[in-house]
Amino acid sequence: MGQFRIVDAGFMTTVQDLGRYGYQQYGVSVSGAMDYVAAKLANILVGNDENEGLLEATMIGPKIEFLDAAVIAITGGDMQPVINGVSLNLNKSISVNKGDSLTFRGMKKGLRSYIAFTGGIDVPVVMGSKSTFLKAQIGGYEGRALRAGDILSTGLVNNVQFGREIAENYYDYGSGKVELRVVLGPQDDAFTENGIENFFNSEFRVTNNCDRMGYTLEGENIEHKDGADIISDGISMGAIQVPNSGNLIIMMADRQTTGGYTKIANVITADLPKIAQAKPGDVITFKKSTLEEAHMLFKELENRIDEVKIQLYAQAKNKTEATKAKMVKIYNITVNGTSYGVKVEEL
Amino acid sequence: MCEKAKYLISGDCALNMEFGSNISEEVNKKIRAMALSIEVKALHGIVEMVPTYRSLMIHYDPLKVDFYELVNTLKKIEQNLDNIVLPAPEVIEIPTLYGGDCGPDLENVASYNNITVEEVVEIHASKEYLIYMLGFTPGFPYLGGMDTRIATPRLQTPRSRIPGGSVGIAGEQTGIYPVSSPGGWQLIGRTPIKLFDPHRKNPILLKSGNYIKFKSINEEEYKKIENELDNGNYEHIIYPKKDGVN
Repeated sequence: MGQFRIVDAGFMTTVQDLGRYGYQQYGVSVSGAMDYVAAKLANILVGNDENEGLLEATMIGPKIEFLDAAVIAITGGDMQPVINGVSLNLNKSISVNKGDSLTFRGMKKGLRSYIAFTGGIDVPVVMGSKSTFLKAQIGGYEGRALRAGDILSTGLVNNVQFGREIAENYYDYGSGKVELRVVLGPQDDAFTENGIENFFNSEFRVTNNCDRMGYTLEGENIEHKDGADIISDGISMGAIQVPNSGNLIIMMADRQTTGGYTKIANVITADLPKIAQAKPGDVITFKKSTLEEAHMLFKELENRIDEVKIQLYAQAKNKTEATKAKMVKIYNITVNGTSYGVKVEEL
Repeated sequence: MCEKAKYLISGDCALNMEFGSNISEEVNKKIRAMALSIEVKALHGIVEMVPTYRSLMIHYDPLKVDFYELVNTLKKIEQNLDNIVLPAPEVIEIPTLYGGDCGPDLENVASYNNITVEEVVEIHASKEYLIYMLGFTPGFPYLGGMDTRIATPRLQTPRSRIPGGSVGIAGEQTGIYPVSSPGGWQLIGRTPIKLFDPHRKNPILLKSGNYIKFKSINEEEYKKIENELDNGNYEHIIYPKKDGVN
């Protein structure tokens, strides 16, 4: 167990895991990490369960002071993390010392970074999840985004892992152009041929209205046959709503569970991280996919994540064995007021 | 009951079974029957279900269940819906203090409909309202079947904060605000009952397919229930719905 202090919370930093399931029928949003792939990888890097609580930082990163030593990993969008003035690699687990300070130089690629801590974040599990649901003020740290002065605790550590690294790039977040593959439905028949054609053949731009609830895009008008209103039904992650204004809204982690607007299509699960990392001004295009292809791509992605897990555990195991073979300990010894670092090596 | 459900693809992790084109108790009964049948069978790979006015959204995990297999299983269950015996829906009593500070628009509703305040309360508290669905905010019920004699349009200017537990009317709908939020409903009363409490064993009190019955209480009773809730010894009044009562 250790603690860290939020010196500055950045633009918006919340505790998330992979979401709160089982309560959508009661009107409780799923929440959870917007970029679930980055969140899983961060947790895997520090030896946690994939679904552990971690920090999701948006646009401007926080400043964190470590009150105890810890092992952390940062994934997702590149906000140029720095420890005590030295740049950090993304997708690598590193060991930090008591008194170290984590800051971010600024967003270079993507929009959201994930910071995982070995042992996870020790916040209460509310309705089965550590995720913060801002609108209902539940979960996470006191049901809200973090603020300067907050002190958070990490969970129990069984097995500290650092030096683990993922070489592979899962997504290229930075190009400013995002192609999203979609499966049509459930209300694609509510649109004219012209409307469907505009949807697939024109470019849309991410507006400033892109939060955890949804991404509003502007672009060509998507024409309805007979209005945008339907009798309210369920909304899945990545559903693309088309209200009467003609703008599109891609429904994200904190979306309402139900809604009364037509949904033309749904972003496939494997492409959700791309939209979660898109920022205002980015250009979005939609490409038609099939259910079969969507399921195949999702399975491939999960298999890749499983492979990374196996590789990292193997790395960690080799390391542990190497350490066992040759125990090296460093002691700080003070003699007559002078400190010495003494390295003791097993023979 | 011969109309077949439509199976609509809602992305690669959800499908929507649509049981009709309108809002009716009949359609809602089918949805409740379908959801209960799926629950009893504990189908592999189903993450959760969301019943709404005329459809049932089924969130599934494509890594655990094949879509087409799932649809086949669901179709078999659907064919058998008319033969299953459902437990009676539950009616939950919502003690409500009408008028005064708790219901600042009660007189509006009365004068708009040319009836007395007492008549509004009597009409409002006389019926068992079907909970069609929950949504909008945690625990917010969409209720059906309000008497049109007390129907009143929304306020011209919405209030910026409506206290949790407020009971209101909007057009031909009645409802309860589970938590404090902005809104334009005509407020006629307030209940001390907590529809949403994230730290309770059952965080949400209501369930779609069940019914609500409002009961008029006085200020003393309101305070008594509030105390009991604080001390954790209040017992909700819940009973099985009798056929034909409405």
